[in-house]
Amino acid sequence: MDLDALTGCLASSACLVTQTTSGFIIGMLLFLVAVGLTLIFGVLKVVNFSHGAFYMFGAYFAMTAYQFTGSFALAMLSGAAGTALLGLIFERVFMSRVYGSDVLMQLLVCYAFVLIFDDVVRMIWGPEFKSMGMPAAFQVAPLFIAGGVVPPYYLLLIGVALVAAVVLGLGLGRTRIGKVIRAAAHNPGMVSALGINTGLIYGGVFALGGMLAGLAGALAAPVRSLTPGMGFSVLIESFIVTVIGGMGSILGALIGAILIGMIRSFGSLGFPLFTEGLMYLFMVIVLVSRPTGLFGKEVA
Amino acid sequence: MTELQAEQGAVVPRIESQSQRSRYRDVLIALAAFAVLAILPMLTGSKALLDFVIRCSAFGLFATSLNLLVGFTGLVSFGHGMFFGLGAYGFGLIMQRSGLPVPVAFVATLVITTLIAAVIGAICVRLKEIYFAFVTLAFQMLIHSTILSWVSLTGGDQGLRGGIPRPAFFGVDLSNHVHLYITSCALLVIGLLLMRQIAQSPFGYTLRMIRDNATRASFIGIDVWRAKLTIFVLAALFASTGGIIMALFVSGAYPEFAYWTISGEGIFINMLGGVTTFLGPMVGTVLLLILNDTVTRLTEYYGIVLGIVILFFAIGLRKGLMDFVVEWYARRREGSGE
Repeated sequence: MDLDALTGCLASSACLVTQTTSGFIIGMLLFLVAVGLTLIFGVLKVVNFSHGAFYMFGAYFAMTAYQFTGSFALAMLSGAAGTALLGLIFERVFMSRVYGSDVLMQLLVCYAFVLIFDDVVRMIWGPEFKSMGMPAAFQVAPLFIAGGVVPPYYLLLIGVALVAAVVLGLGLGRTRIGKVIRAAAHNPGMVSALGINTGLIYGGVFALGGMLAGLAGALAAPVRSLTPGMGFSVLIESFIVTVIGGMGSILGALIGAILIGMIRSFGSLGFPLFTEGLMYLFMVIVLVSRPTGLFGKEVA
Repeated sequence: MTELQAEQGAVVPRIESQSQRSRYRDVLIALAAFAVLAILPMLTGSKALLDFVIRCSAFGLFATSLNLLVGFTGLVSFGHGMFFGLGAYGFGLIMQRSGLPVPVAFVATLVITTLIAAVIGAICVRLKEIYFAFVTLAFQMLIHSTILSWVSLTGGDQGLRGGIPRPAFFGVDLSNHVHLYITSCALLVIGLLLMRQIAQSPFGYTLRMIRDNATRASFIGIDVWRAKLTIFVLAALFASTGGIIMALFVSGAYPEFAYWTISGEGIFINMLGGVTTFLGPMVGTVLLLILNDTVTRLTEYYGIVLGIVILFFAIGLRKGLMDFVVEWYARRREGSGE
C-alpha cells in the first residue's frame, strides 16, 4: 500500500490529468469490448467467453495490415472487418448449435475456442511479444493540459470509442434495425413468426460484437504489446464491467468501463500490488448491493 | 385412513430399508476400491503411476465437491477453486509456521475453510444463475489477488516455498512416498463416501428439488438459502481437502492453486465426465489428467487438441461421458425390453 503516492497525486493537477487520461484510455478500450459482450448477452443470452480472443485477433490483424500497407486507417479497418467476419462464422458454425442447450455447454464451446484461438495465434504469429508501433501521423509532441501529459493518439482513441457509444445507442434506440434487434432480444419467437430471420439477427449481433472487440484490439495495438493470450485479462475485466453495469445495458457498460478504468489508473498508485483486487472488491460490493448491476433490470 | 395415507405408510419404510441397503453397498464398494488402490504400490514399482493417483485424489475430491454444487444443486460456481487454494495455503502455512502435528493442522485448515466459506457463501447464495457465477469468480480473484499482494505471509507470486514440514504421526510418515500415496487414497475414498452419503440423504434430495424448482421448494417450507449455504460450505470442505493433498504432494503452495483457471478446470472435468452421475466427475478427472499428460508430451499446441476434444463433448455428445454411457445403456435396455 502506498497511500502517500495516491494523496500526492490527487493534490497535483498534472498527475491528476495524466492519471485520469490513462483511466479513460483503459476504460474506453474496455467499453468497446464490454459493449459487444453485453449486446451478445442481451440478444442471444449467451455469455461469450471467447470474446477476449476477438480483441486479440483485432490487434494481430491490425498489426499485419499495418506492416503490409503502412496505412493506419487500413489497419483499423482490417482489425474491425476481420473480427466481424470471424464472429459471424463462429456464431453460425458453432454457437448456433448449442442454443437452447445447457448454459454450461455454451460456455464449454467458448472455452474450447479460447484454447484453440490462442494456439492458432501462436502458430501464425509466434509465441513472442510483438508490437505494431505508433503510426507516424501520431508521432507528434504530446499536449499539455494543466501540466499533465496527453498524447494525441489517446484523444483519437477516446473519440472513436465515444463515437461508437453514440452510434450504438442511437442505432439501437432509433433505427428500425435497432428495434428489430431489441424485439428479438425480448421475444425471438414472435419476431421469427413475423417473418424476420432471427438467425440473421443473431449472426449479425455476434459479428457486431466481434467487430467492436476487434476494433478495440486494433486501437490498442499501437500502445500495447501483442501476445497470444492477451485477450484473457481484457475478457475478465470486460466481464467485470458488464456485470457492474448490468448485463445487457449499453449505458451500464460505458459507466462501468470508466469506473474500472479509474480504479485501475488510480489504484495502481495507491495499491500497486492489489489493483486487481480493488476491481474484484468493487464488483463484489456492487453485486451484493445491487444483484443485477448498476443499470441492470430486475429479472422476475 | 385415506387411500393416500395408507399408500404413504406402505411406501416410506421400504425406501428407508432401501437406502440402508444402498449405504452398506456404498461402504463395501469404497472398501474394495481402497483395497485395490492400496495394493497398487506392491504390484507396480512405477512412481509415476502413484503420482498420477495422488493427483487424481486431489482433483477428484475437488471436482466431485464442485458437482455437489453444479450438478446436484444447480449452483454454477466459477470460484470453487478458491477453496482448493485455501486448503493448500492454509495447511502449508500452518505447517510451516506452527509445527503442529499433521492431523491437527488438517482439522485447523478445515475449520478456517468453514469460516471463510460461510462468510463468502452467505453473500453469494443470495444471487441467482449467472450472477452467482460471477460473484464467486470475483471472490476467487479477490483471494488470488490477496495471495499475490500479501507477500510477507504468502510469498507473493513465488508461492509458499522451502517445503512443507511433514512430521510423522501414528506411524504415518508423509515424506515417504508410499505413505503419502496411501493417505491420499484414504482421503479420496472417505471423501467420496461422505459426499455420496450427502447426495443420497434427504438433504441431498432437498438440493435436487432446489435445483429443479427453488420456488416450489420454498413453498413447502424449505429454507432455500440455508440449504444452499450448507452445501456451499460442505463442498468447500472437500475442495479444501483436495488442496491439502496437493500441498502435501508438491510440498508447497502456489498462487495458481487459487487462480480462476482451477475453477474452470473443475467445471471442465465435470462436463467431461458428466454431472448427473455421482462418479462422473471422478471419470472426468482421470480423463483430463491422462489427456493433459499425453497431449503435452506429444505436441506444443496443447490448446488446439484439448479444444477439439471439448468441442467433441459439447457439440457432439452434448453431455459428459458417464451421462452419455448411462443414457445409452438405459436406451438399449428399453429397446431390448420391447
